[in-house]
Amino acid sequence: MSVLEIRDLHVSVGEGDDAKEILRGVDLTVRSGETHAIMGPNGSGKSTLAYSIAGHPKYTITGGTVTLDGEDVLAMSVDERARAGLFLAMQYPVEVPGVSVSNFLRTAATAIKGEAPKLRTWVKDVKSEMELLEMDPAFAERNVNEGFSGGEKKRHEILQMRLLKPGIAILDETDSGLDVDALRIVSEGVNRSREEGEIGVLLITHYTRILRYIKPDFVHVFVNGKVVEEGGPELAEKLENEGYAAYVKGSQEVASA
Amino acid sequence: MSASDNPTTTGLTTESAVLAGELFGDGVGTQAGPPATPAEGTGVAPGAHSHGGPAPTGSPAERFTSTDPDAFGVPTGREETWRFTPMKRIKPLLDGAESDAHLTWTTDLPEGVELTSVEAGDPLLKGLPEPVDRLAALARQRSGGAAVVRVAKEAQLDRPVTLGLAGTGSDEVVWGQLVVEVGAFAKATVVLDHTGLARYAGGVTVLVGDGAQVSLVSVQDWAPGAVHGGQYDAVVGRDATFKQVVVTLGGDLVRLVSNVQYAGPGGSAELFGVYFSDETQHQEHRLWVDHAVPNCTSNVLYKGALQGEGARTVWIGDVRIRPAATGTETYELNRNLVLTDGARADSVPNLEIETGEIVGAGHASATGRFDDEQLFYLCSRGIDAETARRLVVRGFFTDVVQHIGIDALQDRLMATIDDRLGALPALDDQPVEVA
Ligand SMILES: Nc1ncnc2c1ncn2[C@@H]1O[C@H](COP(=O)(O)OP(=O)(O)O)[C@@H](O)[C@H]1O
Ligand SMILES: [Mg+2]
Repeated sequence: MSVLEIRDLHVSVGEGDDAKEILRGVDLTVRSGETHAIMGPNGSGKSTLAYSIAGHPKYTITGGTVTLDGEDVLAMSVDERARAGLFLAMQYPVEVPGVSVSNFLRTAATAIKGEAPKLRTWVKDVKSEMELLEMDPAFAERNVNEGFSGGEKKRHEILQMRLLKPGIAILDETDSGLDVDALRIVSEGVNRSREEGEIGVLLITHYTRILRYIKPDFVHVFVNGKVVEEGGPELAEKLENEGYAAYVKGSQEVASA
Repeated sequence: MSASDNPTTTGLTTESAVLAGELFGDGVGTQAGPPATPAEGTGVAPGAHSHGGPAPTGSPAERFTSTDPDAFGVPTGREETWRFTPMKRIKPLLDGAESDAHLTWTTDLPEGVELTSVEAGDPLLKGLPEPVDRLAALARQRSGGAAVVRVAKEAQLDRPVTLGLAGTGSDEVVWGQLVVEVGAFAKATVVLDHTGLARYAGGVTVLVGDGAQVSLVSVQDWAPGAVHGGQYDAVVGRDATFKQVVVTLGGDLVRLVSNVQYAGPGGSAELFGVYFSDETQHQEHRLWVDHAVPNCTSNVLYKGALQGEGARTVWIGDVRIRPAATGTETYELNRNLVLTDGARADSVPNLEIETGEIVGAGHASATGRFDDEQLFYLCSRGIDAETARRLVVRGFFTDVVQHIGIDALQDRLMATIDDRLGALPALDDQPVEVA
């Protein structure tokens, strides 16, 4: 049972005079077994929220708290946060030349579990998860994210989530750039984790499309650095029909696709 | 335009070179070099030779070349080609004292390979691309003849040709010239494995027959104190493939000049390099890829890491696309990872394009510290910062080393690199900052 609590979180980017406040007081609680959709227009600060929770050095926390089961997340290093049970599927996964996927996955699993996973079961787990995500086995020998298509990158992110079994997973626009098949495959991966019960999901998206595959328990509308409205799945339907225009003055943004 | 057309020299369109630099320049620390000024046209085209290998290109060579050391004068260190080199440390080679000193050779020659030698004045030597600087001319002259590795046409070797070249610790300069002649449609990998302590000036010429596939691996795993200068030339035949992997790890000073020319259309050259400079080591790699015939490709990837006070690397990447070289595709990339303060990497890519009818041309150069995004990505999966850095640096090297294609050699080189990284105290001093 994990609880991620975000209270009045303020975050800025840039230094000195260039500093710009992006998050302006975010409040959010995600528990194991719950799926929260965060929906908002481009530039509203969704990725900033995700990166801030994960500890990206580019972002400066200027106020508020983030705790995981009462522990101060903001005091932890990036790797400590992951070992505490947080996972971020990135909107733009990073290429790491010369590091193979299999080496990377095994190093990460060893770090998270505190000991090297038993080779036999590990190889089997990786293989079966890759099969379920319809990834070619040759994938494991490629360098991390290098030359991956958009869809391959996102499958690779979900593969990591499946293998590392986090308490709370933040999925930052995992749906963007995916065709219908890939969207279904990736969503099924997320749903397998949800069915196993113990995961809390923070599903960040610009569009309502993925919510047809992954049913959220809660929907939060995110505009200009904070949550402006909250509700159940019906809120997503409203966004599908009306877009973000009601929340963003003069915006032409449409949520449905 | 056909391969036999004899292109005339035109004014270099240096604007397009600069433009290409802007178009393709990549990221932080990108640096496009000034267009090279060719020496006045005293150069000569590589001549024909009588061994049935590639034919001469007949193209003009603006870069000054000569077999006569004195034609270059004695470098002062202010010349473009010498300005990065520590002249005091290379002086023993440039002094040019005659000597009979040798490296100790340990050879592994698979079936289909012949190792012989030729005397000075042999027609084979007359046909080689000429030296481009005084040191290379000295090596050509002082070595007197050449060792020749011949791979019969259509031979498919069952393992690499390995020449272990070990320094004996003598102060005397070793002069050497090696010719690797690979017949048409043969497939061969040749490994030059330099170890031990030596003062060595060695020329290496690879003649790649039509349709042949040749890999040349040159490992500079010298003992501390070694000085090594050398000119590497490849003449790539019609539809042939040439790959060169240069790995420079040891020695006090290593300065290698690698040139590629194409003897016919359809050739492909890949030049890979990896270097790791520790305290006070000077490692200089200068490349010159000369596209003078149509439909050839070149791809250059050099990566280096530096650590410790006075670690110094120089990478110069010249690519020229001459008017006749339509359909050329070329890309060159140099990346340097500066692991500690007090180290300096120079990187000068230079692309000169004299025809618009090319498939693509680009270059990029970046020198910097660890990539924060890569470290963040690894750490966000629970991997501690120290391990993440090791993975990134190891991966940085593996990326190039894996092109060697010989597992045992790759493992040995990666183990050497691991040892060197192990002695990296500064890693602990560079925490990933958490906001
Ligand atoms: N490093 C940065 N420097 C300056 N502005 C940034 C930086 N990163 C993000 N921003 C700005 O912060 C805002 C929110 O960005 P982001 O969190 O990526 O939004 P979203 O994910 O909702 O599209 C945008 O206006 C973006 O331009
Ligand atoms: Mg975003």
